[in-house]
Amino acid sequence: MVSKNKTGQIVLNIIFILLTIAALAPFLLLVSSSLSSEEALAQYGYRFWPKSWSFGAYTYLFKSSMKIVRGYGITILVTLIGTLASVTMTIMFAYPLSRKELPFRYGFSFFVFFTMLFNGGLVPTYMMYTQTFHIKNTLWALVVPSLLMSGFYVIMMRSFFTANIPDALVEAARIDGAGEYMILWKIVLPLSKPMMATISLMSGLGYWNDWMNSMYYVTDEKLYSIQAILNTIITNIQFLTSGQSSAASAVDVGKLPSVSARMAIAVIGILPVLCIYPFFQKYFVKGIVVGGVKG
Amino acid sequence: MAKNAKAAAKKKSPARNARMTLALFSMMLPGLIYLIINNYIPMAGLVIAFKRFDYSKGIWGSDWAGISNFTYLFKTNDAFNIIRNTIGYNFVFIILGTVVAVAIAIMLNFLRGTMNKKIYQTVILIPYLISMVVVSYIVFGFLSQENGYLNKIIESLGGKPISWYTTSKYWPVILTIVNLWKGFGYTSILYYATVIGIDSSLYEAATVDGASKWKQVWHVTLPGLRGTIITMTLLNLGRMFYSDFGLFYQVPMRSGMISSVTDTIDVFVYKGLTQLNDIGRSSAAGFLQSVLGFILVLAANAIVRKIDEENALF
Repeated sequence: MVSKNKTGQIVLNIIFILLTIAALAPFLLLVSSSLSSEEALAQYGYRFWPKSWSFGAYTYLFKSSMKIVRGYGITILVTLIGTLASVTMTIMFAYPLSRKELPFRYGFSFFVFFTMLFNGGLVPTYMMYTQTFHIKNTLWALVVPSLLMSGFYVIMMRSFFTANIPDALVEAARIDGAGEYMILWKIVLPLSKPMMATISLMSGLGYWNDWMNSMYYVTDEKLYSIQAILNTIITNIQFLTSGQSSAASAVDVGKLPSVSARMAIAVIGILPVLCIYPFFQKYFVKGIVVGGVKG
Repeated sequence: MAKNAKAAAKKKSPARNARMTLALFSMMLPGLIYLIINNYIPMAGLVIAFKRFDYSKGIWGSDWAGISNFTYLFKTNDAFNIIRNTIGYNFVFIILGTVVAVAIAIMLNFLRGTMNKKIYQTVILIPYLISMVVVSYIVFGFLSQENGYLNKIIESLGGKPISWYTTSKYWPVILTIVNLWKGFGYTSILYYATVIGIDSSLYEAATVDGASKWKQVWHVTLPGLRGTIITMTLLNLGRMFYSDFGLFYQVPMRSGMISSVTDTIDVFVYKGLTQLNDIGRSSAAGFLQSVLGFILVLAANAIVRKIDEENALF
């Protein structure tokens, strides 16, 4: 019985080691090709281990390409502003919804909830943001559309407040003369740190990885985030290989980054996420578990 | 006693109550404005599907077009293709995704040790964290015609390199693999949370009765997961008309030669809006997606409520 159990555990561990390899190997291909010399890439193709090492792609990126440095700056700026605004708005919306004293409480909750069931889709959204609000080629375009606040996070946060903030505590603070903003700041927030961490991380990840808002609303290269740069490179390559490059707006082949440089941009795009993720893993998992079924 | 009386007096003060209500409303204001702009105005904007859209006149000023956008949409093969692709891929993703995730969740539960468990859980979630643009770069590393990893292997085995990005027949498989790779960690952890919630005394009772591990899975774990599986599946079915735009737009590298098997409703709407200037058909497809999607979510939820009220959305 014992030995049978032991083999069972070994088999399970082997299966999971294979799964982790399956999850990670594609990244190895990416990193390895960013560290390969251009000649080796041309001759041997993409490999899991470089035939000949070269840091050329990275030195090229940081020395000669202001565009990348700028893109990194835009990504960081948008992620910071967006996450901060998103979490603030979510909390300020969710707290009143969790209070029984709020008039029309269920009406407001439904107002939020309905946005999770029905939406106008891309065409009307695009028309409104570009024709009415004129956000094309502004920083707003990267922060506001679709990412700023999701009804889903509001509902998640509201449920957390309802379950974890005792009414008596809020009531006691009111008796002591504290206003609602003071209560939110001094009592509710300190008790909500895990949920705030979860929502910040999910929102931050959304901003960091976003390429859609750039693709829809930004054509000005100065506002390109890292993801937008990666996205444009694909468009340009597609342009070249599809034989449309003879058109007037043809892309200059010399301007396209080399294969290893392209892969290096992708690597620096995911590096911060991979570096901070292990430390916050439990908050991500919490977000998945709390949000998953109800998502 | 005196304090309570004072409290009651304060609580009843209408001025104080009004101030509290006002403070609560003011907190909600930014969020309310945002939802109106980002969510509610576009809902009204869906009427664009019934208009002959003219940029100079805007959505409200454009002339009515009746249902001509819809008849035009269904005149071509595109409508059939994108609906088939959207629904077809969703079916495959739901079935495969659930089977794989449930299997992994159950295995994770049988696994002993804390360190290894934690490492496995952490690592399988990593693909979920990166953007589809980066995923498309990785896929290109495998499939590039001249340098791709797969073609180099095929060549070294004496075969002829395959032009992946122009051959339709491979893409249903490729997209399924990519989707599975990116999502399996997420769904596994979701199901794992349910598995660890199953009452351990049920397992003990089964062990006492001499049930093998397989029997325990069959008679304890799977019944314990039943509710979550049904709910998740129904909710996914409710999103049947939606697809992961990034997966279907980025990963095939916008290759036109394979669009008949890679274009979903979302891709079609985007291309019509921005590249083909075909706002009529694009908005008609978007309208159908929103409305059918809404009906499907309501239906799915109604069924979930019948089966397992606790897991219903509303």
